[in-house]
Amino acid sequence: MSLAVDVTVERGGFTFAMTTTFAPGITCVLGPSGAGKSTLLGVIAGLVEPTRGRVALGAEVWVDTTARARVPVERRHVAYLFQALALFPHLSASSNVAYAVPRAVPRRERTARAMALLARVGVSHLAHRRPATYSGGEAQRVALARALAMAPRVILLDEPFSALDRELKRPLIGLVRDLVAEAGVPAIAVTHSLGEARALADRVIRVDAGHIVADGTPADLLATAGHDDDLTP
Amino acid sequence: MDVEPLLLSLEAALIATALAGLVGIAAGAALASRRMPARHLLDAIFAAPMVMPPTVLGYYVLVTVGRKSALGGAYRDLVGSDLTFTFHGVVLAAAIGAFPMVAKAARTAFAGVDPTLLAAARTLGAGRVRAFLTVALPLAAPGLIGGLMLGFARGLGDFGVTLMIAGDIPGETQSAPLAIYDHVQAGREHAAATSSLVLTGGAIAILYVVNRLTDRAGGDR
Repeated sequence: MSLAVDVTVERGGFTFAMTTTFAPGITCVLGPSGAGKSTLLGVIAGLVEPTRGRVALGAEVWVDTTARARVPVERRHVAYLFQALALFPHLSASSNVAYAVPRAVPRRERTARAMALLARVGVSHLAHRRPATYSGGEAQRVALARALAMAPRVILLDEPFSALDRELKRPLIGLVRDLVAEAGVPAIAVTHSLGEARALADRVIRVDAGHIVADGTPADLLATAGHDDDLTP
Repeated sequence: MDVEPLLLSLEAALIATALAGLVGIAAGAALASRRMPARHLLDAIFAAPMVMPPTVLGYYVLVTVGRKSALGGAYRDLVGSDLTFTFHGVVLAAAIGAFPMVAKAARTAFAGVDPTLLAAARTLGAGRVRAFLTVALPLAAPGLIGGLMLGFARGLGDFGVTLMIAGDIPGETQSAPLAIYDHVQAGREHAAATSSLVLTGGAIAILYVVNRLTDRAGGDR
């Protein structure tokens, strides 16, 4: 199912406008700070209200400012991996992940699903530890497990690897690609790094000053990369 | 030592802290939200009892809920007891003292919760209420407990507002601070000293626990 976005967000003199459709697979949104990348994720998740426009997943309308329709954040089933990860500091890894499993599921099964996901991302040993004790890569993996625990319909990744060094990035990029392929849903990853985009994405959109300035495959974008692009993976 | 005023003060302060806790935590949570209209003005109004003369505060309360007021009459019809010059008045005076302490602490505690955590909870399927109860409340808990303890201590030690709206009726509205005043007036030095020491010890113990909680909340172990 594809995610159709046709929105404008106007805030304090800044205008973000985007019309595009995200198919299943990974689309990287590339651009400098302040280009509107996180605004896009916020609009899709329901955390940012568009000034006008429409967001729909298949036939299901999430936002339509004309029809005054709005599906609340918690009913969209959007897995959002925040740049700051936003792991709940008062909960263990298993409780963090179980938090995302629907409450209709019995507690024991929620915990079992959380444990299975932690094992899937390779951090079972953290199940009973709180986030303050994790390394950067471990925290990223727990956050990934948590984001995927709800059977997401769309996956949003905000600068997913920016805090990691090269050795940690490579296996995580492979893991994200595998998990998104398993989920079979549209995934949108925002990044500064063309290198990351090249390694991760099926499609790359370049945004600047709130607008799409290029749209294509990673190879297309690499061919037109400017001198200021960060090419490190 | 005259234990009755101490027990009356403890009972009144406990009930008052529960009441001020309910209202103060809700007020603090609302004030911590940037969406709350006129929140700075409301914060100033809520905090005013901390700096107003007790006589002025007591006067307002008497006018608002006194025996001849509409609210006071409604309270008497509902509960079967006057609010002023009864034990209920002692509780109200303690609650008025406790409320700003709880509300201020709650505002600070909730403002310290990273909004990204609440946004994350929402994206993970939690409605506003669940996100508040499972994320904001536990993370703010040390600050809230500290505020409740300060509110309890403040309620326990109230003198001026209690005197204004509940009077000084032994066995009925005479709290420990009022009893100490009476002991001093009557020259009962030993009784005054003993009750004062008990209240001082209690206050220091409460402040010690609050400091420990504050340190823990700030990560200073």
